[in-house]
Parts: sequence; structure tokens; C-alpha cells
Amino acid sequence: MTENQMTAWKAFRGGLWDEIPVLRLMLGLCPTMAVTTSVKGGLTMGLSVVFVLICSNVVVSMMRNLLKPHLRIMMFTLTIAAFVTIADMYLKAFQPVMSEKLGAYIPLIIVNCIIICRSEACAAKNGIWVSAVDGLAMGLGFTIVLCFLASIREILSTGCITFSETAVWTVLNPVDKGGWFTPWAAMAMPVGAFITLGLTLGAVNQLTKKKA
Amino acid sequence: MNFAVSLALGFISIVLINNFVFTKFLGSCPYLGVSGRLDMAFGMGMAVTFVTTLAGAMTWLIDHLFLNGTPLEVTRYVCYILVIAGAVQLVEMYLRKFFPSLYEAFGIFLPLITTNCVILGLCIFLNLWQIDNFLMAVVLSFGAGMGFTMAICIMAGIRENLAMADIPECLQGAPITLITAGLLTLAFMGFAGMIK
Repeated sequence: MTENQMTAWKAFRGGLWDEIPVLRLMLGLCPTMAVTTSVKGGLTMGLSVVFVLICSNVVVSMMRNLLKPHLRIMMFTLTIAAFVTIADMYLKAFQPVMSEKLGAYIPLIIVNCIIICRSEACAAKNGIWVSAVDGLAMGLGFTIVLCFLASIREILSTGCITFSETAVWTVLNPVDKGGWFTPWAAMAMPVGAFITLGLTLGAVNQLTKKKA
Repeated sequence: MNFAVSLALGFISIVLINNFVFTKFLGSCPYLGVSGRLDMAFGMGMAVTFVTTLAGAMTWLIDHLFLNGTPLEVTRYVCYILVIAGAVQLVEMYLRKFFPSLYEAFGIFLPLITTNCVILGLCIFLNLWQIDNFLMAVVLSFGAGMGFTMAICIMAGIRENLAMADIPECLQGAPITLITAGLLTLAFMGFAGMIK
């Protein structure tokens, strides 16, 4: 039992720092760059991924002894597709605005490499409990990275973080509201996505190199 | 005649203006993973083009013959992923038989085409844009694949030269590739507003 808890703890820490999805494993880049124009979009995406990751990890872990090797990727993707459909329908019903904004990127969670990587590397080898913790930690790690990148981009491109019409947190006072900060439009465009991610990766490399 | 023009415009727009890699960020993982050498990048692009064309055409047919307007619509994503996985299997078998060296070189990246976002992304966008003409769907699918090939080949060409450059240690590999890609998207933004 203690050993089991150890591995669960290891999985938890792994997801949040040692193997934090986007920055260390270099997986799941497409949604990372596409949805990080706003923090709210990043958060919605991250939480959907948490849900899909936990569910698919648990299901894959339950059927791990029944899988034939050459069919396993197929079974993984089908499991994931089923849960993504659920998440997509939930968002369409309860968060229609967000669902509209994220558009094709919610169904694209199916081909998010992180999820299939966790099915293969963790859920197909471990018990249900460890897999669920791993899913939670990896999902949270992904959400944190998304929110971090999104806050950089949203602050630089608009000067404030907008959660809704009323909840706007102004960080840099933009010019059109009488402030001094000229919004940096490029940050909301693809250029901003690529360059922010590239520099963040560089910074993480630099930090971890010093520690080692 | 008018229809031919709209087909050509659609093709140009999906290759240059709405390029999947540069404006929709789809296919970033192989874009960073396989763009090290020009010949491999081209092979990868061709494989992806083949699969997108096949998958785009088949999912369009499935959508319009079976799914649209029926309760089966909820199984759309599951159907898409099945079609794509089947098409990738086909390409894998073909390459193993006729181009064994290329097959060896791709390694893990070949089965991973299944999870290449360009392909599923295209199928979903065909559905979102409500393309109601089969020929248009095929042209757009082919164009998306060509756009990916073009992007990955440009990148591979740059990276072959980048290998000689003096890059700060922490930026080597993926970070510098991402920054280069960012600059490339700036260039491609010049096409925006050309049509539509």
C-alpha cells in the first residue's frame, strides 16, 4: 500500500514539475498556441483536458490487460474521442460563448499528444488509482502552462485580463483608456504565440540547467 | 467556369492565407519533430498530404451520407478518428512495401500521423465551414496537405542552415525553431487579405 502511494505521489509531482507537459515533454503544442490569446480560453481548455485526461486514463487503465498490442493505439484514441465528445457537448450546452470561441480546438483535444502519451506511458502500465492521479497532475500542469502563457499574451496584447464584461483586471493601463501602455497587437497573432512559447522554453532550459 | 475559379481560390487560400501550420497552429508537433532534414520533411509532408486528402474526402462523404441530421451526429469525432487511423495504416503498409528506407527513417512519427492535428483539424473545419460540395472538400483537403508540406519544407531548409549558426545554449533545438516559425508567420501574414 505504501509503495502504491509513493508512486501516486511521484506521478503527481511528475505532472506538475518534473515532466510538466508542454515545457518538458514538448507535447500538445497546437492547442497551447491556439487558445492562449486569453486567460479564460486557456483555463477552459485546460479544465477540459483535465476532465478528458482523468477519464481516459482510468478507462485505459481498466482495460489494460485486455488490449492486443497492435490495436492499443486505436482503442486509446476511441476512448479519448468518446470523452472529448462529452466535454464538447457539455461546453456547447453550458458555455456556448466559450465553445464558439474555442471552436475546432475542443474536438482537437482528441489528437492532443499529451493524452495519448499518458495512456501509453502511464495508464497502460499502472493501476486505476495511480493513473487517475497521473491524469489529474498532468492536466493541472497543462492548465498552469496554458494560463501562464495566456496571461503573458493577454496582458501584452490588451493591457488587461478579461474574465467577463464586468470582471476586468487591468495590469498595464492602455492608451485608449487614458493610460500609457500601447497594446502590442502582434502578441494576439500567431507570431506572439510562437515567440512567447519559444522564449518561455528557452527560459525554462536556462533555469533547469543552472540547477543541475 | 465560375466554379473552377472558386476552387482555385479555395486552394490558394488554404495553402497561403489560411495555412494550417502558420495561422491555425495545427501540426506543430511533427513540424518541430521532423523538420530537421529536408528529404525527411518532404516525405512526411507527402504522407500527410495523402492521408488528409483521403481522410477529408471520406469524412465528407460519411458526414453527408450518414451523419448529418440524424441522431448519429454525436458519434462524429469517433467516426473521423476511425477513418484517419485506417488511412494511416494504409500509408504505413504502402511505405513499408515500396520505400523501406523512408519507412525506417520515420520510425515512430509514422503511426503518430494518426494524431497529427492537421488531419483531424481539416475534417472538423470542413464540417465547421459547411462545405457542401464534394469537389471543393477534396481540393481543400489536398490544399491543407500541400500547405503543411510547404511549411515543413521551408522550416527544414532554414534549420539545415541554422545548424551552423551560433545560438545561445538555452535556445538550441525547439525554442529557436519556435521563434523562427514565429518570424515565418509574420511573412505569411503578408498574404492575409489577398482574397476573402
